[in-house]
This record gives sequence, structure tokens and C-alpha cells, in this order.
Amino acid sequence: MSNIPEILIWLIPGLPLVSFGLLLLVVRLFRNRSVWNGYVAIMATAASFCLSIWVLFNIIKSSEILLIPGFDWLTLGNVINVKIGLIVDPLTAIMLVVVTSVSLLVQIYSLGYMHGSKSFNRYYAFISLFTMAMLGLVMADNLLVMFMCWEIVGFCSYQLIGFWFHRQPAARAARKAFFITRIGDFGFLAAIILIFSSTGTLNVMEIHSMAAAGLVSGTIITWATLGIFMGAMGKSSQFPLHTWLPDAMEGPTPVSALIHAATMVAAGVFLVARMYPLFEHSQTTLATVAIIGGITALFAGTIALVMNDIKKVLAYSTISQLGYMMLGLGLGGVAVGIFHLFTHAFFKALLFMGAGSINHSTGTFDMRKMGGLARLMPWTFATFIIGSLSLAGIWPMAGFFSKEEILASAMANQPVLFVLALATAFMTAFYMFRVVFMTFTGRCKSPVKPHESGRIMVIPMVVLAVLAICAGWFNATGGFSGLLVSDKAHGWLYGIFGILSHPLAWISLLVASGGILLAWAMYYKRWISPLKVSSRFWAPYVIFSHKYWIDELYEKYIGQKLLNSGLFNLFNRFDSIVIDGVVNDIANLNLSSGKIIRRVQSGNLQLYALFFLLGVAVISILAMLAR
Amino acid sequence: MGILSIILFMPVIGALLIVLIPASNVRLTKYTAFVFTLIPLMLSLYLFGSYDRMSGGFQFEEFAQWIPAINANYHIGVDGLSLSLVLLTTLLSFISVLVSWKTSFRPRAFFAWLLLLETSILGVFVSLDLLLFFIFWEIELIPMYFLIALWGSGRREYSAIKYVLYTLFGGAFMLAGILSLYFTAGTFSVVELYQTDFSLLAQALPLAATFFLFFIGFAVKLPVFPFHTWLPDAHTDAPTAASIMLAGSLIKMGGYGMFRICLGLFPDEAQHYAPLILALAVVNIVYGGAITLKQTDIKRLIAYSSVSHMGFVLLGLFALSELSLLGASLQLISHGLITGLLFAVTGILIHNTHERHIKKLGGLARQVPVLTAIFVVGGVGAMAVPGTSGFIAEVTVFLGAFSTSVVSSAPVFTLISLTGILLAAAYILTTLLKVFFGPPKPTFDHVHDVTLMEKIYCGVLVVCIFAIGLYPKLIIDILEPVVASMALLWGG
Repeated sequence: MSNIPEILIWLIPGLPLVSFGLLLLVVRLFRNRSVWNGYVAIMATAASFCLSIWVLFNIIKSSEILLIPGFDWLTLGNVINVKIGLIVDPLTAIMLVVVTSVSLLVQIYSLGYMHGSKSFNRYYAFISLFTMAMLGLVMADNLLVMFMCWEIVGFCSYQLIGFWFHRQPAARAARKAFFITRIGDFGFLAAIILIFSSTGTLNVMEIHSMAAAGLVSGTIITWATLGIFMGAMGKSSQFPLHTWLPDAMEGPTPVSALIHAATMVAAGVFLVARMYPLFEHSQTTLATVAIIGGITALFAGTIALVMNDIKKVLAYSTISQLGYMMLGLGLGGVAVGIFHLFTHAFFKALLFMGAGSINHSTGTFDMRKMGGLARLMPWTFATFIIGSLSLAGIWPMAGFFSKEEILASAMANQPVLFVLALATAFMTAFYMFRVVFMTFTGRCKSPVKPHESGRIMVIPMVVLAVLAICAGWFNATGGFSGLLVSDKAHGWLYGIFGILSHPLAWISLLVASGGILLAWAMYYKRWISPLKVSSRFWAPYVIFSHKYWIDELYEKYIGQKLLNSGLFNLFNRFDSIVIDGVVNDIANLNLSSGKIIRRVQSGNLQLYALFFLLGVAVISILAMLAR
Repeated sequence: MGILSIILFMPVIGALLIVLIPASNVRLTKYTAFVFTLIPLMLSLYLFGSYDRMSGGFQFEEFAQWIPAINANYHIGVDGLSLSLVLLTTLLSFISVLVSWKTSFRPRAFFAWLLLLETSILGVFVSLDLLLFFIFWEIELIPMYFLIALWGSGRREYSAIKYVLYTLFGGAFMLAGILSLYFTAGTFSVVELYQTDFSLLAQALPLAATFFLFFIGFAVKLPVFPFHTWLPDAHTDAPTAASIMLAGSLIKMGGYGMFRICLGLFPDEAQHYAPLILALAVVNIVYGGAITLKQTDIKRLIAYSSVSHMGFVLLGLFALSELSLLGASLQLISHGLITGLLFAVTGILIHNTHERHIKKLGGLARQVPVLTAIFVVGGVGAMAVPGTSGFIAEVTVFLGAFSTSVVSSAPVFTLISLTGILLAAAYILTTLLKVFFGPPKPTFDHVHDVTLMEKIYCGVLVVCIFAIGLYPKLIIDILEPVVASMALLWGG
């Protein structure tokens, strides 16, 4: 590793930052050629991508961790010393490649998707800033710096969800996303101050070595890791902080692909992975991570079954898969969770791009208005099928391998969660192929004649489709896991084909094919009428399609009734009636008492002399008493 | 006469000159105000650059006998904290002059009062003699009264008189405190009082009582619950320039006074009563933030947010650790910049749209993109998003207050205070949503965006906010000796 010059590593987040600066601060740079904004951002990200690949290869070759101490940033005597330094370890290297590759492809795709937008520079500026902050997050060696990148990532997400700010739903979704994730950040920040006050440092490596040496008490580690996990729940949209992600679909679709499918929402998973040496010291937290992950996976999966908006299905599917990753982290460890993050990034970004491509030509996200697109949009169809198969976990797609590892670790540790995960796998296969059949087969219901998207959009999709097929093979020999954990504990995957000798593989394949077949029967062959199913099982149908009424609970009952018109209103009333009322009463009292006292000030000198004498007498008596 | 005195008296000289200018010559009035606020700004920048950060302590001291009979002296000087606040005040005063460039109602009087206001605030920050300190403290009332009562809006007379009475009320307590100290130690000199051990002297009043006399005096100004209700009225009804000075600089006198006197002179009392005061800080943050959410007038909303943000100052101050003191100091400066920016941009907004009710505004981002961008920056600072000075200040307060070893209950209060960042996000995001985003309203189709001059002065504040946020060393350097020596009072 030492053969990489430091400056090149700094350039990985540095180039997107430069691009952001150029695009936003030198606003008028490309006034007449707005597409050049895109080229600048793409070139910067492409360079970062090349550097990231190079770093990854170096890491694989030498498998040593590179620590760049960086420079002082926030220091106060010997009380606090926050440095901006970098960690380059296998986890970072993998994340670098994921972030830069998806970001690059999304930016290329956006050239087509956002074509004709008036605010190209704002769009690409925030994508650049996002990329920079995301890269900073995965490279930072300090919790506070990570938190900063974490928040900036969230701010970019806010800006990009609300990119079409004149649309009320988009603006509201942006606010919701920022606010709900901030509830999670409350926990993250609390964990940071707790860790700082008990270890005196915020450097990740130092924290890990102190925890390993037993210098931090178990209770503190439990609370700190729970706080960190709360932050991860917000960003990774885990139940009960998941409500923002479906709404975030109001943003431009490429943004959904990059931020709300592949990278930012996976930041929570990354955070848990980065802090895993700390998490390992608390069984309570690990169990919480697994349980929350399992519940989220199933819960979001059920909602995805009944959504009619293609992006909403994908959004709930993302929540569900993030739950899967958490489950993997909680039960199996870093390699298991991150491997699914890795494969998911590609196929989910692909699926979102597919949805964007469909929207681009039909002008809608409502699947009931689509249908029969397979012939009209062959490339989109082919790549979408690949993405769906990968997500459903069909051999030999990428999703199969990563899901397999999660299922295996669940089976080994937690039978209940294993059943949950299997049920989720079934639903995943079902809802994805429900989407496929509803959009691509049958009669075309679109009022406008759909057409295949341009090459600039298709090429990124094809690249991602290739990755959605083969990204799973990286761990065929256990190489991926081996990179992340030294003791290949989960190295039972000994090959792409060998895996099929394991009964679990057949179980999961059976379950996934079952889901696909059911979707085929319901939405392609129409043997079973979806309407009859929903009226037969009306109770779950109503619950799922109302998303368990959680939005209502949060917004109407907690936000509006309990807080805004309840507690806050009470405070406000108290402030104006009691606190300010007393002030005004005192003022009025003075005014009226003034009227009485005014009579004393009559201008009569004798009276004044009398008061004066009385005063002296009182003071003298008091003085004598005081002795 | 040293540079500090020039900075201090330059504005008041400008005010006197303005009075001599014929009323018809508005141009000359403005340029006089411009020059006589620009020079102090340049000079305080120079002092900021040349302050010796290694040795710390009071520098640029000036001393002259004033009333020998009672041993009161003209004694001024600055340390890192007061110098930073001097720089903040001269900057905001200069910006206030630019903000008021188009004032058409009695501009001569307006600028004269504004300049007098600057001198009086600066006087509070540079005085090292308590009597001098008190006089500047009280003088400030007069210009502020007139600025609100004559150039304000809404219930301006009510708000102005409320402000004056409230401050006089606090000032009376403070005067009693000053006298108590004087009759105990026989001096008004802050430097000498720092070296005095009060326990060895016959105390005019119990030390705890004196501590609280000062505390109440400063609490009115900061403001601390339940003495805060003057603030929303005064800030809302004041003209933009006065709102900027009030929120940006004037209320900082309260925090500064607490640091210099309540903590510096009464470390034991401060430690003893810290839990009580921290509880008030939490009330400020949470209760203030909650009430902010209920505001319907955009200016009043920003005013109330100050109550919440000043709670962080109180939290940092009375957690009594080096880091928390640094956080409180940073918050004083950062809030001055951020709220200064928010009031400036809100002033432009209200001026251009003739509307201040949040419900009636809406969808402005299309019509006034630059103004929106500036407001977003201010909002982002108020929400303490990383990269802004607000983040550095608040996170330092949290880290310092939670890890303090001086006040054992501080961690609990800190954790509750963390909800303040949620409330801030709620009220800022909601304001942005309701005022700027959503479908544009045809009523505001012809609203002007910011002018070049407005861009410039808002830009200066934006640059300062990000400069501190991205490179905090810029200001931590000069604050470090102050907070380090203060923290020694409680053993580091």
C-alpha cells in the first residue's frame, strides 16, 4: 500500500469537491452550455473511480491498512484533537468502488434523463458534493468527521429530493427526509459525545483499540453502539424511522438510484460495519441490529407487495433489503452485511434506472398505466429482468450469493429470524415479478407511444446489468469476505457451482421461484385474479396499502396533535399568557401604583424633610441591628 | 490614545459629525456613517491579527485616571473573547449601515443613534473597570430605544419601552452587584478583582447574593427564561439594522458578562448553582425551540430561535469545562453571524414582498433565487449543519458539557439539550418549506431579488460562517488562552 502517494488518495474525495466548487461557486461558468456542468462532474467522478479501482487492487495485493494521519482540524490544548485523516482499509476500498462507480454511471445516465433541465449546474453541483461527502464518510478516521460527512450527505439528499422544489410533494418529502434522519442523528451525536467523554478521543482506530483492551465499560459500549445504530436506522431507513424513504421518491429518479438505493441509504450499514469492533463487545446491540433488520425486511416487504407506483415498490424493496443487510451484520458480521450492500448497490441502482427509463418514455410511475413495454423497450426490459432476478436471488445472479450468506448466518444463529428472512425472500421475488409482469407484459395502456431511451441512458444500465450478474462471483472463493475479516469464518462459499450442493441454496431458490411463479400466475397468466386475492385477504391488504398507518401516526397524531397543537401550543400559550402576562401585570401595577405615589410628591418641602428623617432613622436602626 | 480607544470612540465621533451635517445632505450622512463604521472594523481586524495568541491575557490595555475619589478608572483592554466580540460588533455595525442605506425617514438621527449604539456595545466588551462597564451597559438603552420607537414597525412604542424597562430592571441588579463588590474589595478594576480572594475580606453582601445580582442582570440580556419575553417583541418590531445589532451583538453582552464576571469572579458560586442554571439552559433550548415552531411571523420566528440558541451558550458556560467554555464562546460569535444574516435577509424579504406572515408567503424560490439561497445558508447555520460555524459551536458545547468533570449533572442536561437540534431542524425546514418552496404565488411575481449591495453584505456574513465552520482554528486560536485560563479555576 505504501507505494500509493498520499496525494492521490486525497484526490478521491477531492476531485468531486473541486467539481462542486466549480459548478456552484463559479455559477456562470457554463451559462450557455449547461451540459458542460455534467461533463465536469463526470470527469471528476471518473478520475475518482479510476483512483478507487487502483486503491482496491493495491489493497487486494498487499492487504494492509493504510492510515493517513492528515492534519489538525479542531484542537483545544490537550482536551480535544480532531484530525482530518483517512483510513484506507478493505472496507473503505470496497465502498470507494461502489460509490464512485454508481455515482459515475448515474451521472452519465442523468445527462439523458435530466436533458433540458434548467438547473443542470445545481443538479450536478449537489451530486458532486454528495459524492465527495460519501467518499469522505467512508474514508474518515474520526467519528466527528464521519458525522460531518454524514450530515452533508443528508443535506445533499434534502437538496436533491427537493430538486423540483416548486412541487409541493417534493418539497415536503425533502423536509421529511431531513427531519426523520435527524432523529437518528440525535442518537449518533449522543453516542459521539458519550464515546468522547469516556475515551477522550474520537479517532476510530483508537476507540477500537481501547475497546479491545477493555478500557471502556460494557454499559457505555452498549449505549454508544445503540446510539450509533440509531443514526444508522435513520439513514438506512430502518423501522421505525423508515417513513422518509418512500416519500423521497419525489426526487429525480437518477437521484433515487444513487442516493436512495445504492449509496446514502447504505451509509448506515457501512457505519455499523466501520464501528463493528465496538459492536462486537455488546451482544445486546448486535441482537438489536439483527432484530430491527429482520423486522424491517419483512415489514417493508409486505408493503411492497401492494404498491402500484413502481418507484414506491422499489423504495420499500430497498428498505427491506437494507433490513436484510442489518440482519446480516447483526448475525453474520461485517463481510456478510457488506457483501449484500455491494451487490445490492448495483442491481438496485439498475432497477431504479429502469424505472426512470420507463418514466422517461411513458411519463408515469403508475404501473396500472403501463404494460406491454417489453417489445417497445427491449434494452430496458432485458436489464430490468436481470436486476429483478438478481434481487429475487436467482442463481447465478449477484443477489443470490449475497442473500445466501445472510440466510446461512441466520439459519446458524437465529431460527426465528431465518424464517423471517425466508418469508422476505419469497415476497421479494413476488413483488419484483409483479412489477415485471405489470409493466412489461400484457396490453400497453400508455396514452403516449413508449420508446426505448437513448444510448446515454441505456449504456449505464447495461454496465450495471453486467455487474448485477457477476458481482456475486467476487466471493465465490471467499475472497471478498477474506478481505474484510481475516478468519474466513463464513468462507463456506467455495465456488459458484459448489454452492448448489448445499441444501440451503435449494431452499432459497425454491422459495424465490415460488414467488416468481405466483406473480406469473397472477399477473401474466391471470389464473388468479389479483382483485379476488385482495378482497379475500382484505385485512392484510388494507393494512399493507395504508403502510400500517405509520405516517398517520407520526404526522397526524404525534407531530400534529401531541406536539404541535398539544405540547408546543401549551408552551406558547404559557409564554404569552403567564410569563409575558406577569411582566405586563407588573408594568401595569407600577403604573397604577405610580398614580397613588404621585400624591406623595407634592412639592411640599416640609413633607420631603419628614420622609428624609424617617429614612435616616430606619437606616440607622437597621445598621444598629446589623451589628 | 491607543487603537482600542480609537475603535471605541470612532463611531461616536461619527455620530457627532452627522449631527453637524445639514439635514438636507443625506448622502454625506450615509458616507460619514460608512466611513466611521468601516475604520473601526479595519482596526479591529488589525487587532485581531496582531493579538499575541501565545501569551494571552488582556492586551492593548489603556489606562487613565477617571474619578480618583472612588478609584474608578478609564481602563480598557481585550482578551481573545472580547476581541472576537469587538470584531463581531464592528462587522455587524458596518453591515447595519449598509442595510439601512435606503432609510428615508430622518436618516441623520437614525445613523447617529446607530453609531452611538456601536460605541456603547463596544464599550461593554472592552471595559476593564466595572463602573465604566456599567455606564456603557446603560447608555446602550438610549439609542436602542429610539431606533425601535421611531424606525420600528408594529407595536414599536410598546416594544421599545418594554425593552428599556426590562434592561433597566436587570441593570439595577447589576449595579447592586457592582456596588457590593466595590464595598467588599474597594476597587472597580476587573483585573484586580480577578486577583482578589473574597473569602478573606468582609463581604458587603454574601457572595452568592452578589453572584445572583450579576446573574440576573446578565440573564435579562442573554436572555434566560423567564426573563426573555422582551426579546421577541423588541427584535420583531425593531428596524432591520437594529434587529441585526440586537440579536447579533447586543444580547452577546449577557453571555460575555456571565463569562467575565459570574464565572471569572465567582467560580465557587458558579459551580454550586450550576445545576440550577443548566436547568434554565435546557428550558431555554427546548421551550424556546418549541415556541419558535409556533410562530407565524417570520421575523418573530427568528427572534424566538435566538432564545433557543442562547440556551446553548448558557449550557456551555455553566458546564464549566474548558471545551464547553470554548463552545459557549464560539456560539456567541457564530450566532451573531448566523442570526445577523437571517435578520438581514429577512429584512430584505419583508421589504421586497411587503409581507411577513409565513402563511401568506410561499413559493418564493422561483421568484427570488438568490435571496432563497442566502436564507438557506442562514438556515443551515441555525440547524448546525457541518461546514457552518453553527455546527462547530454547538457540537463543541455538547462535547464539552457532556464530558465536564466539574458539574456532575451536566451530562443529563446535555442529553436533553440535544433535542434542540431536532427542534431547530423542524422550525428551519418548515420555514423554508412554507416560505420558499412549493408552487410560486402570482402575487410575488414581480418581487425583486437581492441587489448587488445586499449580495455583498450577505456574502460577507456567508463567508464568515463557512470560514469558521470549515477552519475553526481561525478563531479557536485566539479563544484558547481565555478558556484555558478560565477553566483553571475549576482545576482545568
